[in-house]
Amino acid sequence: MEDRGDAQGDYLRIEGASKRFGETLAVASVTLAVREREIFALLGASGCGKSTLLRLVAGLETPTTGRIVLDGEDLSALPPHRRPTNMMFQSYALFPHLTVAANVAFGLRQIRPHMAPKQIAERVDEMLDLVQMQAYAGRRPHELSGGQQQRVALARSLARHPKLLLLDEPLSALDKKIRQRTQLELVRLIQRVGVTCILVTHDQEEAMTMAGRIGVMSPKGELLQVGTPDEVYEQPACRYTAQFIGETNLLGGRVTGGRLRCDDLPEPLALAEAGRPADGSEAWLSVRPERVRLSRTPVDKADNQAPGTVDNIAYLGSHSDYHVRLAGGRTMIASVPCARWGEDTAPVRGDAVWLSWAAPDGVVLTR
Amino acid sequence: MKLPRLFLLRGRFWAGFLPWAWLLLFFTLPFALIVDVSLSSPELSVPPYVSPLSLGPDGQLHWSPDATPYRRLRDELGALAQPGADRPYLAAWGNSLGLAALTTAVCLVIGYPFAYQIARSAEVSRQTLLMLVMLPFWTSFLLRVYAWMSLLDSSEVGLINQALLAAGWIEEPLPLLYNSGAVLVGMVYSYLPFMVLPLYAHLVKLDNRLLEAARDLGARPAVIFLSITLPLSWRGIVAGSMMVFIPAVGEFVIPDLLGGGDVMMIGRRIWDDFGPNQDWPMAAAVAVVMVLLLIGPIMLLRRHGRAAPGSLR
Ligand SMILES: Nc1ncnc2c1ncn2[C@@H]1O[C@H](COP(=O)(O)OP(=O)(O)OP(=O)(O)O)[C@@H](O)[C@H]1O
Ligand SMILES: [Mg+2]
Repeated sequence: MEDRGDAQGDYLRIEGASKRFGETLAVASVTLAVREREIFALLGASGCGKSTLLRLVAGLETPTTGRIVLDGEDLSALPPHRRPTNMMFQSYALFPHLTVAANVAFGLRQIRPHMAPKQIAERVDEMLDLVQMQAYAGRRPHELSGGQQQRVALARSLARHPKLLLLDEPLSALDKKIRQRTQLELVRLIQRVGVTCILVTHDQEEAMTMAGRIGVMSPKGELLQVGTPDEVYEQPACRYTAQFIGETNLLGGRVTGGRLRCDDLPEPLALAEAGRPADGSEAWLSVRPERVRLSRTPVDKADNQAPGTVDNIAYLGSHSDYHVRLAGGRTMIASVPCARWGEDTAPVRGDAVWLSWAAPDGVVLTR
Repeated sequence: MKLPRLFLLRGRFWAGFLPWAWLLLFFTLPFALIVDVSLSSPELSVPPYVSPLSLGPDGQLHWSPDATPYRRLRDELGALAQPGADRPYLAAWGNSLGLAALTTAVCLVIGYPFAYQIARSAEVSRQTLLMLVMLPFWTSFLLRVYAWMSLLDSSEVGLINQALLAAGWIEEPLPLLYNSGAVLVGMVYSYLPFMVLPLYAHLVKLDNRLLEAARDLGARPAVIFLSITLPLSWRGIVAGSMMVFIPAVGEFVIPDLLGGGDVMMIGRRIWDDFGPNQDWPMAAAVAVVMVLLLIGPIMLLRRHGRAAPGSLR
């Protein structure tokens, strides 16, 4: 999937965009560049301002500050119906009184100079073909399943060949099974069309499956970090990202002598050398559960090691999450592949175990 | 176990039965009586007619209808092609239909933006605005018509004329009252809430996201209104128009009080026949025909309303 988002230059630039609704700052000075043909995901918790940011790009909200430039053109002065963007709404917003074909044709009919009816019909056919909905052209939206409605909404938003496709939680109305299958279908389709796309979602799996790059938003509407899925997972820039994307063990303390001293751990923790903060500064160590090694006996030559008791085990099929209570009272999670134990019996609740990890497996965070 | 179930069944039975009982008691029975009156012969007595249904001395029921009123109406219809023929009932019927249609059209044109604004305003102010629409109902209908009379009065005591004279915009008082303009003003004023309320009920359900989607797809505001808002409020338009048109056809107080008396309305005709003319069968026959003629369009509008583009359950 390396052809995702590797085109040159910044196609869309959002420059210091903010949106304030009375007291609430929904979007807080977001600066962001999206490349041509890239699928970019905005990821954040519910209510963090993702939809608002998308609506700023579409022109459905006017920014309090900042501007938006698409393909060299400043969009700020353009009303939504003049913008070369199209949006697929969170709830699809299909026109209930129009057939599937008329829904898809709606945007085409607004193009000036007028398209010939034959041209419109051809484009509608082409779009319905793309989403495999030709058989339903004559139906009304309420006669379609959720997945079918989603495909019609997609066809409608692609029909005008927008420069930028905006997807607001495109799959949130589908149930989990269909959603997972549709994610990859949608990616293939967007790549086939070759449109630049911003996708909004609160589902990190969806963002990681679909997007070339991800922008993580804080609950206060700030953009915290932008990166590829593995970058934001492996090198989170801050505690919020580390905890929001996947699970992590977060150990907070103060850097002393190149090590992290935590109040509840007897030994200070060894830190990787690269990017180690200066002595005396406050810092957090993020260790992903799958990086934590669990054993019945102490391990030789481990950078960090701590004894504890198994508090809880979540069996998840491919692996189990062991919740281990350390001597100081803190609980850490170790994710262990179930195949790992082989002939041995796996530890059970109440067993004494050792947790260990190498210094490079932890990411040091300062904010 | 058995008792509550029986009770439940009964409750359901009564709930289903009540509307029918109501319809039977207050529409079907009176209507049957009116039909009976319309087929009877006039008689100088109290009441001034003899029912076609009578119990003979032999104990048998006799049915001897007198269809004279219907024949008169038919003859008027037959004389439609002849110019200058006297057609009092048909003419009154036409006047009433015309006034009702005009009232409905004006109410729609004024009421739509009204309802639209209320439906689009913030949720807290909606209730207040709706209350304001209904506020006139708190005073008597007749009082309001009389208020209009003193507003429109054609002499210099009329409030509007007073104001215009005082402002120096006119030299002579304007003839504002006792003409068809005054009638229309009174009709529109009285029936506007019946248009606004059903329109509001439909417009408030209109999903704002649909309008945004249309904008996003390149539609200008006028196009959005014509292709999304209007079709999706079609049922409200039909409902509001029915609520105005149907009672407006039978209206005669407003034309009587505000009009010049030169335009005869069907309601007035019925009133005259029941009252001064003492021709109950004729009045009843006109009423019967009116009901039958109004049921037709209602059925049509209902069917149309259901098949209309905006028809969603
Ligand atoms: N029109 C508005 N008026 C006032 N506040 C608004 C408006 N639209 C959004 N907000 C507020 O702005 C914040 C961000 O809303 P937004 O819809 O962008 O969130 P979101 O990230 O899309 O959430 P979700 O995942 O639930 O869709 C919320 O606190 C919301 O209450
Ligand atoms: Mg949203």
